[in-house]
Amino acid sequence: MSTPTRSGKVLHIDWTRCDARGSCTELLPELLRSDPWGYPLPAGGGSDVAIPAHLAAAARDAVGLCPVLALRLS
Amino acid sequence: MTMVDAHVQGGHAITPPTGTARLLAADDPAHAAHLARFGALPGRRGADAVIAELERAGLAGRGGAAFPTWRKLAAAAQSGRSGVIIANGSEGEPLSAKDSTLLHRSPHLVLDGLLLVAAELGAAEAHLVTTSAQLAPIRRAMDQRADAGGIRLHETHDRFVAGEASAVVNGIERGRAIPRDHVVRLTASGLGRRPTLVLNVETLAHIALVLRFGADWFRSIGSSDDPGTRLFTVVRGGERAVVEAAGGTLLSAVLRAGGADPARVRAVLVGGFHGAWVTGDAIDAPMSPAGLAPFGASPGAGILMVLPRGECGLARTAQITAYLAEQSAGQCGPCANGLPEIAEAMGRVGRRDRNSSLPRQLRELTALVTGRGACHHPDGTARMVLSALDAFDHDLRAHARGLCQEAAA
Amino acid sequence: MNEALWALGRGTGVVALVLLTVTVVLGILTRSGRPAFGLPRFAVTLVHRNSALIGAVFVLIHVVTLLFDPYAQLNAVDFFVPFLGSYHPFWLGLGTVGLDLLIAILVTALLRRWIGQRVFRVVHWAAYALWPIALFHSFGTGTDAGAPLFILLAVACSAVVVGAVIWRTTTAFQLRNRTTPDRRIEPSRIAADQKTKELR
Ligand code: HEM
Ligand SMILES: Cc1cc2nc3c(=O)[nH]c(=O)nc-3n(C[C@H](O)[C@H](O)[C@H](O)COP(=O)(O)O)c2cc1C
Ligand code: SF4
Ligand code: SF4
Repeated sequence: MSTPTRSGKVLHIDWTRCDARGSCTELLPELLRSDPWGYPLPAGGGSDVAIPAHLAAAARDAVGLCPVLALRLS
Repeated sequence: MTMVDAHVQGGHAITPPTGTARLLAADDPAHAAHLARFGALPGRRGADAVIAELERAGLAGRGGAAFPTWRKLAAAAQSGRSGVIIANGSEGEPLSAKDSTLLHRSPHLVLDGLLLVAAELGAAEAHLVTTSAQLAPIRRAMDQRADAGGIRLHETHDRFVAGEASAVVNGIERGRAIPRDHVVRLTASGLGRRPTLVLNVETLAHIALVLRFGADWFRSIGSSDDPGTRLFTVVRGGERAVVEAAGGTLLSAVLRAGGADPARVRAVLVGGFHGAWVTGDAIDAPMSPAGLAPFGASPGAGILMVLPRGECGLARTAQITAYLAEQSAGQCGPCANGLPEIAEAMGRVGRRDRNSSLPRQLRELTALVTGRGACHHPDGTARMVLSALDAFDHDLRAHARGLCQEAAA
Repeated sequence: MNEALWALGRGTGVVALVLLTVTVVLGILTRSGRPAFGLPRFAVTLVHRNSALIGAVFVLIHVVTLLFDPYAQLNAVDFFVPFLGSYHPFWLGLGTVGLDLLIAILVTALLRRWIGQRVFRVVHWAAYALWPIALFHSFGTGTDAGAPLFILLAVACSAVVVGAVIWRTTTAFQLRNRTTPDRRIEPSRIAADQKTKELR
């Protein structure tokens, strides 16, 4: 097993906006779980998730479909 | 710097303070006493030279995070745009009294620091933020000198998170001092999207002294990893005493200076409500980052809260946790939902609930909230709670059996 | 030819009404933050957006065909400025208002990353005005307005939208745990006691 190649992109969660709508956890189940209150929980904790190359498209969808614009890719 | 370089002011020489009374060395808060003790503002030398001097001094921020001050200045200067300097005198931590004491006793050192940094960095604006009790003394100080007219003074509310840097910026901009999400550092984009330097008022007062008397003078006291002096607030019961001591002074010595008898101390909450509980050997540890690191603590904003013998640390921790949960700005899900749950579980531990899974629940919940907020409030709360589980490990087991060794009740 | 245009104009109008109905319901579901009809949450948002866009395409065809319709006698100004036309000025005017609202909602929705969530949300509430306006417009101008099939459709659409809006206003709509940025908490007693102590 090799580690997946990084896309160089980082997904940032703005907690002041996130309203636990959960669409990002549906789109990126490999990277985000749902915490007991419904908020996205990155595998390594924290507010920023490094996006592997093969999930870059899903991450872009997550950003576009978050109903409250709580996600940013940079 | 030696006596030879002593500044000359109005015909008599100014000697740099020699003891541990530096920030609080002036006889009274008036401008005349300030000039008599410290001399006039040093001349301009350019941003690069200022940053280099602060780097040699090794001054770290006194607002809690202990970030090297020169690095923050360098980051703000690097943007090349004219920015904003904010003196942070919010002192949201209810245990702390050092910033308000400094603003009452030595307001001119803080104003000096603010004006010097603003001038050297070519800042467009200089702001000073504090709570209502300090407004009058600062206004008085500003009126006593001709160069402080441009400083904008702001009142902030007495809320724990109001002093967090992005909350301070938010408060000035929109009148609501609650933290906001920032992916880029404030030194790149803060107030009105301009480069913004938020510095604790004590940090600014030290800058005023370093730029007068030099880095060598600054380092002539304190330890190599914590040079210079620091203001500490020693809290015992309802009493708070502010002490200026050299960096690296033994915790027990600071306690004694603050009127607490180390022999009657059961534990100390080092660094305030976001700090860590220490017991036993730690009471004789040096109050420096390296000295406290083995005990999982750091000097933070210099708060030392004493837990006297006969008082239950777990019950006290439960009380503090409830306060911190209430103080969440309530805008980030994990913080708004997680802290009340942590407080609930901690409350049950404090009340000697016999549920033995509570410590595990607390470890899970604290892990869950850490790093998941727009500010470090959840992280600080989690750290304090975890340190209590370690420091009061014995009592934890007693509480699970419905007993308490410390409080007889 | 004219008959064909007229039919196309009516047909696309009816389809647009149905799509807007679907859009409003899915918008409310998006806001609720719940999965629906076997669709995960992200798909609810996605279908909401797509039905809005397809609906807009139908509205466009609807409007453009009428531009070439000799009975309606519309000109370009009537598309954007309501109540000036000669044919059923009031009912047609409603259609124009609806078109303006639709354009505003779509443009702000597509640009929401740039204009910010607050402006987007305020303009988006116009959807609740847009839908009834579109319905009344179809009743007033439509040649089919009296047809039983159309009435059946209109009643069904209304029932769905009214039902969704009622649900939207009930407390059951809000999920627990939501954070509201304006939540205010009074400082606790610890803070009050210690802060009011005189400092020196
Ligand atoms: C490309 C176009 C559109 C996009 C991207 C879009 C996106 C959204 C989003 C993200 C929400 C959730 C807002 C929130 O949770 O705060 C929403 C809600 C909603 N949308 Fe749209 N929308 C579009 C077009 C429309 C149109 C044309 C209509 C009207 C027919 C409409 C009606 C609604 C309604 C009624 C809501 C619920 C609002 C509420 O009650 O808060 N949308 N839309
Ligand atoms: C929850 C929270 C509360 C804070 N409160 C204060 C405060 O009251 N005063 C302060 O100077 N810094 C406070 N800080 C630290 C500031 O964010 C910031 O780091 C500091 O003002 C920077 O100054 P310094 O580099 O001089 O330490 C707080 C941080 C957090 C996370
Ligand atoms: S989609 Fe947006 S609101 Fe929903 S959980 Fe993810 S970040 Fe939060
Ligand atoms: S983490 Fe908590 S205290 Fe900090 S901004 Fe978010 S809700 Fe407020």
